[in-house]
Amino acid sequence: MKFLEYKAKSIFARYGIPVPHGVVVARPEEIRDPPLPCMVKAQVLIGGRGKAGGIKPAETMDEAREVSRQVLGMDIEGYKVKQVYLEERLDIERELYLGFTIDRSAREPLLMASASGGMEIESLSHEQIFMEHVPALVGLQPYVLRMLEKFLGLQGHVAEQVTDITKKAYDLFRKEDAELVEINPLVITRAGKVVAGDAKLVVDDNAEYRHLEYAKLDQDRTPLEEEAHEKGITFIQLDGDIGVIANGAGLTMSTLDVLNLKGGKGGTFLDLGGTDDPDKVAQAFEILLKANPSVILLNIFGGITKADTVALGVKKALEEMHADVPVVARIKGVNEDQAKEIFRDIGMYPAETMEEAAELAVKVKKGGA
Amino acid sequence: MAVLLTKKTRLVVQGITGHQGQFHTRSMLDFGTKVVAGVTPGKGGTKVEGVHVFDSVDEAVARKRANASIIFVPAPFAKDAVIEAIEGGIKLVVVITERIPFHDTLEFVPYARTKGVTVIGPNCPGIITPGESKAGIMPNHIFRPGDVGVISRSGTLTYEIVNVMTQAGFGQSTCIGIGGDPIIGTNTVEALALFQKDRKTRKIVVVGEIGGTAEEEAAEFIHKHVTKPVVAYVAGRTAPPGKRMGHAGAIIQAGKGTAESKVKAFNDTGVPVADYPVDIAKLLAAA
Repeated sequence: MKFLEYKAKSIFARYGIPVPHGVVVARPEEIRDPPLPCMVKAQVLIGGRGKAGGIKPAETMDEAREVSRQVLGMDIEGYKVKQVYLEERLDIERELYLGFTIDRSAREPLLMASASGGMEIESLSHEQIFMEHVPALVGLQPYVLRMLEKFLGLQGHVAEQVTDITKKAYDLFRKEDAELVEINPLVITRAGKVVAGDAKLVVDDNAEYRHLEYAKLDQDRTPLEEEAHEKGITFIQLDGDIGVIANGAGLTMSTLDVLNLKGGKGGTFLDLGGTDDPDKVAQAFEILLKANPSVILLNIFGGITKADTVALGVKKALEEMHADVPVVARIKGVNEDQAKEIFRDIGMYPAETMEEAAELAVKVKKGGA
Repeated sequence: MAVLLTKKTRLVVQGITGHQGQFHTRSMLDFGTKVVAGVTPGKGGTKVEGVHVFDSVDEAVARKRANASIIFVPAPFAKDAVIEAIEGGIKLVVVITERIPFHDTLEFVPYARTKGVTVIGPNCPGIITPGESKAGIMPNHIFRPGDVGVISRSGTLTYEIVNVMTQAGFGQSTCIGIGGDPIIGTNTVEALALFQKDRKTRKIVVVGEIGGTAEEEAAEFIHKHVTKPVVAYVAGRTAPPGKRMGHAGAIIQAGKGTAESKVKAFNDTGVPVADYPVDIAKLLAAA
């Protein structure tokens, strides 16, 4: 789950991390009492909005409305700006970087910091980044904070504030089941106050049950992906035109790859999972049909999956949706002969292997089979 | 000798009374696994598929000398189940459960390591030593005893590739489904080290996918420490960046974790990578 800046900042504030004052609006008319002078910031789930013109200053109320009108509705790398955040302008002395993420290889949380804030962390050299593992079992220890202060060259009251923010950010990282907590820049003002200039937060989807308040957040899903998500179906829309449905994430990815090598292009990633319940299969197929594929490529390798009931689900969906999209099906599992029988009855194209199925799907699309 | 799991392994099934637990207990018994006990709190004293059910892992270890565990309990209770197994003295814990928040895994995986316990998974199909034992959910009939070790981040894709191998006459020493999550108990490098040491294993198949740097690290490890022939397959060559391809771990972020990088790392160290899953057989024949 990704969070818009204003939402992330409200959560940061809940953990005691200082954030600038701000108001969020969806329409310029909603602007009543903005902090002035302010920055008008596009709220989108993607980085690089500054470069794209999504962050602009405003001095007066009228200007704030005018700038908001320009930014709202903007398209930033495919993301439409639906809200702007009008935020108190900071008197910046220095900008730092602070973040917590996970190191898969070490299997531990990782604290990252840099004296060169405001830039993409990926663009910094190794020597510019402070990195220290924080074992989840023992938590953030004081020695790490001492090393951090030294690395960043901080002293006195500013060092105290940065240390305090680091502790709170770690607390948030763990308690909110975050994949990423990033403050970039972490601003030191001329008055010596340390404030989160930006806020990035990504929370583990698998932890949704512990944070039900986040379930309704707007994610970067297409309407069809949203519908699938609500039905518990793993579905991603892609650029191509061939609807790919398989069981298991690895096999679905592999089916898309094989299709590509055979000259086709997948338009969907639909992981059916372990189900062979005809109703659930039908539900998944309905989503697939709504994506308007030219051909459907079904690839099931089920040791224990009942192939015939999967076939019945496919049949049901095609009939209910009155769809005449050709379907190429490769299905391994219990009762696979009965499944092939059902597929033939409804005019589907059976295949023995996934390579053969992919080739056939491309041929069918071109009208050659 | 096989890796981690042999016919002597005494398995306890945590979450045995659930639908999945019950179904796979039957399948594991059919495969020849010594399933010596089951655990479901509150269901002690009953039986599932002829297997005694206990209220706790402690009892299962005391009464039936269980030394390995397979976990089917739902995600919110999985951490509790793993810690209970570790504290009960279990030395191999296979976590089948999917969708476990990784902040839980970040606790139980390092904890297991401090206690010398091997964790496989989470979100994995388990581990299988054909002809001896299975602690997992794989379909029994596609496996054959042999001398090829298999390491895979995926489930059904593993079955696809094992099926290809078996049909081409390449049996398996042990097949480890290490799991598709970002944080896992046994990673590709550790699994490679086990197969390198195992005398029964002569060749190794690595099935990787996009996301993370497990394959790049594996390639480096192979270069330095693995003398046995290794062949590989990498899923997700056509996956777009920023999209999570089903598995929590399968995502290309900030240009990292791409299939190209993984294929290149393998090729640079002399590990051939199959374009098609079916090509694994050819690569094994030539290896």
